[in-house]
Amino acid sequence: MTITTSARRYLHRNVRARISALLALPLFWLVVIYIGSLAALFITSIWKIDTFTSKVIREFTLQNFIDVFTDRAYFNVTIRTLFVAICVTLICATIAIPMAFFMARIARPRSRPILIALVITPLWASYLVKIYAWRTMFYPETGFINWLISPLGGSSPGFGILAVIIGLTYLWLPYMVLPIYAGMEKLPDSVIDASSDLGAKSGRTFFNIILPITWPSIIAGSIFTFSLSMGDYITVQILGGTFQMLGNVVYQNFSLNLPFASAVALIPVIIMMVYLGSVRKTGALDNL
Amino acid sequence: MKLSTPAKLFLWTVMGFGLAFIYVPLILVVINSFNTNTSFAWPPTGFTTSWWSKAAVNEGVREAIGRSLFVATIATLIALVLGSLAAAAIARYKFFGRDAISLLFVLPIALPGIVTGIALNNVFTNFLGELTIFTIIVGHATFCIVVVFNNVAARYRRMGSTLEEASMDLGANRVTTFRLVTFPLLRNALIAGGLLAFGLSFDEIIVTTFTAGAGQNTLPIWIFQNLFRPNQAPIVNVVAAALVIISIVPIYLSQRLTQEKSDK
Repeated sequence: MTITTSARRYLHRNVRARISALLALPLFWLVVIYIGSLAALFITSIWKIDTFTSKVIREFTLQNFIDVFTDRAYFNVTIRTLFVAICVTLICATIAIPMAFFMARIARPRSRPILIALVITPLWASYLVKIYAWRTMFYPETGFINWLISPLGGSSPGFGILAVIIGLTYLWLPYMVLPIYAGMEKLPDSVIDASSDLGAKSGRTFFNIILPITWPSIIAGSIFTFSLSMGDYITVQILGGTFQMLGNVVYQNFSLNLPFASAVALIPVIIMMVYLGSVRKTGALDNL
Repeated sequence: MKLSTPAKLFLWTVMGFGLAFIYVPLILVVINSFNTNTSFAWPPTGFTTSWWSKAAVNEGVREAIGRSLFVATIATLIALVLGSLAAAAIARYKFFGRDAISLLFVLPIALPGIVTGIALNNVFTNFLGELTIFTIIVGHATFCIVVVFNNVAARYRRMGSTLEEASMDLGANRVTTFRLVTFPLLRNALIAGGLLAFGLSFDEIIVTTFTAGAGQNTLPIWIFQNLFRPNQAPIVNVVAAALVIISIVPIYLSQRLTQEKSDK
């Protein structure tokens, strides 16, 4: 009892001790378990591998990075992965911005919670279920898409890069809508009224006022869509046919050549860190 | 806000298209779970409920659901404690390294899951020797912490510190203030963050693939393993349809919460 009382008194007087008490456990978890594992992984990338036993040999080498950066094939995979991630992010933003605007400013306040619920619900439906749904839809001869567009003379594009982009867009769309909605809802009416009072048409108000103010929320959404697309390999397996992304290269090399897999895994991490670093100033990280 | 008619029409169209885009695939999954044709050719040739009764007694499915529920529950509990502790520190105090720490709390969701997955796998297999159900929980808790942290930190930012200060000015100590003032204000954010963390954990497959021990199938892993087996396809479809239908429950719960909030 006296110990707890004195500890309580100490914490009361000492701010630093209070902060440490709050942060000790969470920081232990994230720094030791998470950052520690990441660091261990990237140390592995400068180690050798015994090609017969697939055992890691703890000897320094830069060969893995030389392989990654000199082989044209890995450069192409990186470009393809970036292309898919950028496409998915742009398509998500194009659909999400008008949707979020409609939900936050046009729909009646009473119907807003229903619209939000409609957008959130698929977040709870399983990831695999959604990709599986698209697999049955993209099926070349018998799928829903083929049935839908064959009367117009088209046929299903089948599995490949297009199916992957559509599948990933579908998966991550709600992650884009929600932060943008939150940003647009916070926007004060007075700002919009002022703009139209000064003679701006709705298009101009949107591009000169609403878009710049909600930019941090859009960036926040793009962090999700971009990162989740870059690291994905399961959607690519299910919808991609022979198409491959960085995640697939990591996955294939993981059990046979861990040092090489970690060198490849470093590519999306560096891209993501550069992206996070460049958007930090916008305040997007507070809008996640 | 006043809008021209074409602008309004455009927004209505995008909203309608967006919702159709979201729901058509999900509805197809539910319809296909009654499809008599095992390859799910569209349009269906006939309907049956036999897949549902077969799925209900499937051992693999039951076991996987039980494991997923267990993992999600423990990971969510860990995340609730650690995430809200960190949120309190970040939101209430200014200290050296605060920005670095808030960036650290974004990383587990901002970096690709496969990186987290192989990093944890490498450490677990080297230091613990084998993967178990607890390594799955550790993996899940790592990103669940972030979700809870984000929700609770946002609530802290919005509620300010005036009520807590008032409580302490009136003579309540820190513990009493937390119990009677801070916690009730945070409760909805904790529930929302907890629900989201639970959902993410229940659904996670990439980190799980690398942290699950042999035979430790969670539901997503079970689905993935059976996805390409033709004779299991109808069962997978029923599980998928059931998950779509069950996903309404947490949405309903969180709707109730926001409703309560606006009533007050």
